[in-house]
Amino acid sequence: MNIRFDKLGVVIAAISAYAAFAAPFATFRANRIVPGQARSILEALPATIGALLLAIIVVAALIALFRTPLVLRLAASVVALAALALLVGVAGTFLTPAGNTFARVSPASGFWILIFAFTLLLADVLTRLNLSPWGRVGVLVAASAAIGLLLISGSWNDLSILKEYANRADSFWAEGSKHVTLALGSLAAAVIVGLPLGILCHRVERLRAGVLNVLNIIQTIPSIALFGLLIAPLGWVATHVPGAAALGIRGVGTAPAFVALFLYSLLPVVANTVVGLAGVPRAANDAARGMGMTDRQRLFGVEFPLAFPVILTGIRIVLVQNIGLATIAALIGGGGFGVFVFQGVGQTAMDLVLLGAVPTVALAFAAAIILDAVIEMTATKRRVETA
Amino acid sequence: MIEIEGITKRYDATTVVDDVSMVIEPRTVCVIVGTSGSGKTTLLRMINRLVEPTSGIIKLDGADNRSLPGYELRRSIGYAIQGHGLFPHRTVAQNIATVPVLLGWDKVRIKARVDELMTLYQLDPEAFGPRYPHELSGGQQQRVGVARALAAEPNVLLMDEPFGALDPIIRTKAQEDLLAIQKRFGTTIILVTHDMEEAVHMGDKIAVMDAGKLVQYARPAEILAKPASAFVETLVGASERPFRLLSLGRVRDAVEKGSAEGEAIPGDASQRDALAELLWSGRPALPVKGADGKPLGRVTVDGLVKRAARPA
Ligand SMILES: Nc1ncnc2c1ncn2[C@@H]1O[C@H](COP(=O)(O)OP(=O)(O)OP(=O)(O)O)[C@@H](O)[C@H]1O
Ligand SMILES: [Mg+2]
Repeated sequence: MNIRFDKLGVVIAAISAYAAFAAPFATFRANRIVPGQARSILEALPATIGALLLAIIVVAALIALFRTPLVLRLAASVVALAALALLVGVAGTFLTPAGNTFARVSPASGFWILIFAFTLLLADVLTRLNLSPWGRVGVLVAASAAIGLLLISGSWNDLSILKEYANRADSFWAEGSKHVTLALGSLAAAVIVGLPLGILCHRVERLRAGVLNVLNIIQTIPSIALFGLLIAPLGWVATHVPGAAALGIRGVGTAPAFVALFLYSLLPVVANTVVGLAGVPRAANDAARGMGMTDRQRLFGVEFPLAFPVILTGIRIVLVQNIGLATIAALIGGGGFGVFVFQGVGQTAMDLVLLGAVPTVALAFAAAIILDAVIEMTATKRRVETA
Repeated sequence: MIEIEGITKRYDATTVVDDVSMVIEPRTVCVIVGTSGSGKTTLLRMINRLVEPTSGIIKLDGADNRSLPGYELRRSIGYAIQGHGLFPHRTVAQNIATVPVLLGWDKVRIKARVDELMTLYQLDPEAFGPRYPHELSGGQQQRVGVARALAAEPNVLLMDEPFGALDPIIRTKAQEDLLAIQKRFGTTIILVTHDMEEAVHMGDKIAVMDAGKLVQYARPAEILAKPASAFVETLVGASERPFRLLSLGRVRDAVEKGSAEGEAIPGDASQRDALAELLWSGRPALPVKGADGKPLGRVTVDGLVKRAARPA
């Protein structure tokens, strides 16, 4: 028989072997801030279950290692991920002494590496399956539903991150909605301002270099410095413009965070609008004028639809960037998931950091998948000029 | 009537169209020929003001073409752009409907017009209407471009190498269709081409351009017989001249008395086709029949050869 290795599979098998046998699966701590003790898979789970998990990992890794049919690889990655997700909860319950509310069990490096390895396998299979945009959104929905079910079922309740959540359930959702509002609101503002600005830059060549340079410079200012720079002018606005303070405009808080995110968002939106409009085939523009379209009709009927996928790419960059950057807003009292991150850093409570970081990463990831799908859908419908 | 008076276009120091004056009679076809870069497209685009001239004026039916806003002027003039220029994000049907939509026609009328044009250009409205331009062949794209130019039944039609990508059979058909439309609606057509055959066949008059200048503007027979310069002579193709001259005449006009053996040739075939048939079959004469099938007489090799000679 001719046995052939899969290139990516070799990597996946190697790192899962390391993670399963050499790295800790879970960390046990007597309370939330003391250093933890590592537990391997066999230590962290009841004996039979631990052996079962190891068996699943070995089989899945072997399937990844050799050239196997896509369906088999898909099944291997899904089963491995599901087992890991379920059993890490079991480990939480198993390692926590009954009735002890101070003890903390959290997933350790071995768990995260295994998740990474099999997500890689899954991503590779999905790429090779060449899913349609709707298919990818479907996979995202299914994965979110599975995670949601696990959360609701309570099987992760003994994990440290959920214990942190249980203590802060109300503020979690409040900060979460602030986070999303901040990210989406600044994006909306950037689109409202950036699109016309981009169109203007496209039409008026003298403006283009100047505007893009200024936006580029803004982009290079570190966020903390930008917040600092905004405190004075916004404070001035708050005290001198009637009604501004009532709107919540202050030197610290949500206002400077919003303005900073907005400023960071402008460059991708404006630059992509300019690039998109410049990429409209000259013949199409020419025909539009030749058929008797006014400048407005040409802009909305021809240039804009043709530039749309590129502009959308800019919006995607901004959305993902903003979801991440909004974390920083907590530094100046702007709220968002960053609140947990910085509290956690302050208390050296890693679990609290994760409570802020994990939803942020998940949101950014979901936003990227959804917008990529939308971009592909609009781009295939409005295929670019062939001639 | 289109009157072009002393039109000049300069880009910086280079003169692209140099003091061109010509009158295009209503309901005629004017063909512009010339080498690449001689300013044909630029001249054409000054008529619908896609390019503003440096000096000179253009009048359409007596009115200066600057008396309307540019976009309104352009809606009234059909324009088939060089290399089709279809909108890649719009379907074939939407592309053809562009000007009628801009003019605010109602939906039923637009649909009827689009279907009519697509059928004329042998594109099944059901199959091709919903497609996007990138799903068509080059020749199909070009036909859609011409259909789009015709959509609003314009009185004046500007066509920039509209048939370049068509195969000879479809091209001949497209030329005939265009001439039929032109006769039926009395459209004034200005057509740019590189194909001398097409120019002689389609044009009531031919304008020859060289380096921005109009070097000759005359009826095809005159261009062939009396080229104004060595350049025109080369462009016309000296070795093709007699055949092109013959292609202008109908067999009906070359009929002699008498009869001949064999299959008869219709009276409205071109004299060139008749000569080709005679040479190919090796016969000295062919019978000629009228549209009703009645014999009209005959054409002879000798007779046609005399007609192919340079006119006195
Ligand atoms: N916008 C412009 N700016 C500068 N030069 C131009 C511009 N448009 C055209 N030209 C120049 O004017 C000259 C004539 O161009 P035009 O398009 O009228 O030629 P053409 O006769 O249509 O050629 P072709 O047969 O290749 O289509 C060319 O040398 C071209 O480079
Ligand atoms: Mg041209």
